[in-house]
Amino acid sequence: MKQDDRSRRIRSMIIDALEGGGRGHVGAALSLVEIVRVLYDSVLRVRPSEPRWPERDRCILSKGHGCLALYALLADKGFFPVAELKRQCKAGALLGGHPEAHIPGVEASTGALGHGLPIGVGLALAARLDRRQSRVFVIVGDGELGEGSVWESLLAAAKHRLSNLTVIVDANGMQSYGLVKDVLDLDPLPAKLEAFGCAVREVDGHDVSALEAILANVPRDASRPTVVVARTVKGRGVDFIENDASWHHKAQFTKEMAARMRQSLEQTP
Amino acid sequence: MRAAAIEMVHELARRNPKVVFIGSDLGSGVLDAMKKEMPERFFMEGVSEANIIGMAAGLAMDGYIPYINTIATFLTRRCFEQVAVDLCLHRLKVRLIASGGGVVYAPLGPTHMAAEDMAILRALPNMTIVAPADAGEMRRAMEASLDVAGPLYIRVAKGNDPVVTRAEHGFTLGRAIRLRAPGRVLFVSTGVMSSRALVAADLLAAAGVSCGVLHVHTIKPLDREGIVAESKSCELLVTLEEHTLMGGLGSAVAEMLADEGVARPLLRLGLPDRFMSDYGSQDNVLERAGLAPPAIKERVLARLG
Repeated sequence: MKQDDRSRRIRSMIIDALEGGGRGHVGAALSLVEIVRVLYDSVLRVRPSEPRWPERDRCILSKGHGCLALYALLADKGFFPVAELKRQCKAGALLGGHPEAHIPGVEASTGALGHGLPIGVGLALAARLDRRQSRVFVIVGDGELGEGSVWESLLAAAKHRLSNLTVIVDANGMQSYGLVKDVLDLDPLPAKLEAFGCAVREVDGHDVSALEAILANVPRDASRPTVVVARTVKGRGVDFIENDASWHHKAQFTKEMAARMRQSLEQTP
Repeated sequence: MRAAAIEMVHELARRNPKVVFIGSDLGSGVLDAMKKEMPERFFMEGVSEANIIGMAAGLAMDGYIPYINTIATFLTRRCFEQVAVDLCLHRLKVRLIASGGGVVYAPLGPTHMAAEDMAILRALPNMTIVAPADAGEMRRAMEASLDVAGPLYIRVAKGNDPVVTRAEHGFTLGRAIRLRAPGRVLFVSTGVMSSRALVAADLLAAAGVSCGVLHVHTIKPLDREGIVAESKSCELLVTLEEHTLMGGLGSAVAEMLADEGVARPLLRLGLPDRFMSDYGSQDNVLERAGLAPPAIKERVLARLG
């Protein structure tokens, strides 16, 4: 699936943030771009001018290390000034290397993995108790699925028939050390999730139209949580970074790296 | 004491529509009356502490006040990161009712005892820790719990513990209670050790050593002023706790005295730095640890010289 101008623009904002902050998780942010873009462009009912609007949909980026993609979308939507992106991780900045709940538009502080889905279960239960129409979306990584807490929460979500909860797996097939299938194999992932009581859909996580079609129609099932396994490419959009584990995180991100990435971004289909 | 805490959850839930109860996999029939009266606010979630803490955090983010009950050590060691990140970092109104604080579960061995629960939770910003002395004080603590900002850890003892506090003592978070006026010695104690402190004080009085008891039901925040003032004219300040000497009440008092620049002869009595496979009863273990009233008396006399 080719990337369009909007996806390129978001990736460009991520590169600006990496360059400005001088560090960051690269691959995870790039694989998430279309997922967060579709959520914030056409799915989530949120108000940038009123981030705590009670009736809003809740979205938690449980794989918090992908935060630069989330920050780019939140800035683009006006939750905070775009200029904040270039200060990320600097002393006293609004934005750090993992999302925190004090940032406008961020629901929960994440980064330690395996926390977002349990919180999402609680938010979904709260919406039901309140008889609110709010929906809850939690984005997890496939590497993150190694955390047992995720599976505890899937049991709970199924038990409580949380149809207002949608889990999106950014299944880029890689984690910090290397391939998920080598480090801690999840296959067959959709079957496992189905067996845990979820309505499961698979999608090309870079196909904007396909993501829109699936996410515009959740819940898939009135009595079960939905899980969307979004097959993605780590580092997507910058050819020399795609599927390269060494680009998981850069503690010293240089201007040269940014220039190379920008050049590649324009040329990568 | 646990019954008092659990019954109070139902009572608080009647008063406040935001109160919910979450249990892990508790004994059959727990809070049946609440489950019957308000089933939508009663959750029994199985052996899944990490999920339970996060789920409570999510509920609290939208204004609910979850009261969680399970065994103390599974609320502290097992899901420490969830408590730290989900509850403390977000400063959420979640209440942890921790059954079997200290060595209550002595016969079940070291996997079930919570000898270091207060130490590890004290290290977390925004956490409040209370250890009531008896069932009456537990009810008063639970009354106060609705208004406590941020997460609250409520250490529960064995049950049928001697009642040493009275209604007129009240319960003000962070304010220690004078159970006996200070003498040559002052015991600063927490939880059910306050009842042992009173017995030890009687034994010391019989031996000619006057001894007061200051009951510190709130370990964090510590009543710094109260402890400093109450111990002002004492020859010896003795901390007493059913907890390892590393990081509990005794540590908190020692740190506080050092920070305040206040010099007090201090004897810290608590559990030894080892896992306890002693079995027997809570009292047996306390006795072996030198925390039964006669041993407390002897240790104080030895220190006084």
